[in-house]
Amino acid sequence: MSSASDTMTAQPTIATQKIPRRRRLVSPGLLAALPVIIFLCVAFAAPLLAVLGYSFMPEKTFELTQAPTLENYLAIFSNSYYLSFTKSLGLALTTVVLLLVISWPIAYGMAKIFGRWANFLTLAIIIPLFVSENIRLFGWVLFLIKGGVMLGGLKAWFGIDGESMLYEVPAIVLGLVYVYLPFALFPMVLGVSMVPREVTEAAFDMGASRWQVFREVELPLAMPGILIGGLLTFILSLGSLAESKILGGQAVIMIADEIETAFTFGQNWPLGSALSMLLILFSGTLVLTLLNWIDLDKILGRGKGGNGD
Amino acid sequence: MTERQKKRVTHGLIITWTGALLVFLYLPILCVVLASFSKARYFRFPIPRYDSGWYEKAFESLTVRDLVSTSLSIALLVALVSVVLAFFGALAFARFDWRGRRIYQRLVLLPIFFPQAVLGLALLIWFSTVGIIPDWRTAVIAHLVWIVPIVTLVISIQAYSFDPALEEAAFDLGATRWQTLKEVTLPVLWPGVVSGALFAFLLSWGNFPLSLFTTGADQTVPEWLYAKMVSGYTPLVPTLGALTTASAAVVLLVGYLSWVFMRRAQGR
Repeated sequence: MSSASDTMTAQPTIATQKIPRRRRLVSPGLLAALPVIIFLCVAFAAPLLAVLGYSFMPEKTFELTQAPTLENYLAIFSNSYYLSFTKSLGLALTTVVLLLVISWPIAYGMAKIFGRWANFLTLAIIIPLFVSENIRLFGWVLFLIKGGVMLGGLKAWFGIDGESMLYEVPAIVLGLVYVYLPFALFPMVLGVSMVPREVTEAAFDMGASRWQVFREVELPLAMPGILIGGLLTFILSLGSLAESKILGGQAVIMIADEIETAFTFGQNWPLGSALSMLLILFSGTLVLTLLNWIDLDKILGRGKGGNGD
Repeated sequence: MTERQKKRVTHGLIITWTGALLVFLYLPILCVVLASFSKARYFRFPIPRYDSGWYEKAFESLTVRDLVSTSLSIALLVALVSVVLAFFGALAFARFDWRGRRIYQRLVLLPIFFPQAVLGLALLIWFSTVGIIPDWRTAVIAHLVWIVPIVTLVISIQAYSFDPALEEAAFDLGATRWQTLKEVTLPVLWPGVVSGALFAFLLSWGNFPLSLFTTGADQTVPEWLYAKMVSGYTPLVPTLGALTTASAAVVLLVGYLSWVFMRRAQGR
């Protein structure tokens, strides 16, 4: 016992002598992280806790002081809300599958074929991201609407009459694919660039067909990037609102729509909160799994490693 | 077909597909620009008469002036605050090795993946619970929740390439922590800081889902555009849409050029 306390008291003096002054302060990393952590606690964690709290309040209350109840969650499961959930899930899944199929050749080209043009292409794909999402979606409305760019053009130049696909489910999927394409593409480019050229060449030399090389070499090696892009776009589409509002009319009520309605028109914060919690839990689990699984330092630190491998 | 020809065909297909993607990405933006030059009250294609009258109206309109000043105030403030927070946040993310780093890295990225509409609503009830009446300043907070993590990520990418030996050398030469930060760390990370500020400004300028629920009685440009798209269409919608797009492009170009310039200056 006494020897232990001896070493305890002895340690600080040694530390001050050996370690330079700056190491004695709070760890610099924590210090630097502190402003962001405090901000996110106040403006991100606290609001979510409020939502959690409201989700256990009785129907249509606007304060957190009532006795907690489970009635909101029960109401969700006994009403037709599961329909919005399944529809949102279905739309998100369709979007992801389309995105992966569309992105693959482009990701392959950017990682293996285009060379220095890939940088230019990256820029060209990023630029539209800075145009407000609803302006771009409105552009699609102008394109798709009856008498708009596509149908009006077809009629005037080719005499073809067509039906507008606007305000139907395919239009929503188009919007989702359009808005989230970069988020599927860029992780996939990273994934494809992790496939070493020698390995594909070796497979070809040993007589593998193009399809075999794709299925047994390229696809598995690029899988981390594909999965990241897929999960990311899945989560984003699941919580999307603007696409179904602007392009979908009332064709599909997405889950984010239900949440908004409950909060605004419905004036039922507890119900909206409970719906939000289900969405948050579902996507939160996916996000954390994803983030836990990838090596952030390796992926982000690659930039300086030089010119792609 | 020989192997070589096959390869050429595949490459040709991939290039065509990529070209189609670029058309796909810019098509709706082109449609908006096209519609903004139409004279008619309602959009029809092919456009019967071209006219730039709606641009004049947009520049004269007081509503537009209000909207732009609200959007601009939010975006500038967001860019400023997010860069300061994210600069230190990025040092903690990429530069320092500390015990909580792994968890910190993951938690900081969470808001990026969060459904923005839900985040906006959560903030709305949070503000109301603590008794804050929403106006454009609460929208700044809302934008920051989403944008600080993004800017942290942007600056982190720069910080990963940072050589800690530079800081150590400064310490060894007797610089204080503050001097080192100002004279060594900040100049090295400067390109990241500038692109971070640029991202922050543009993302805030174009944001809709967060503003929708957190601006209270104030209104930003994307909010107004949305309101008019849903009901009460006026040709000012494509006009203002085209204008905000053009201004974002100008900011991006100026930012990109100054970034290239700085990179070059640093290389010397």
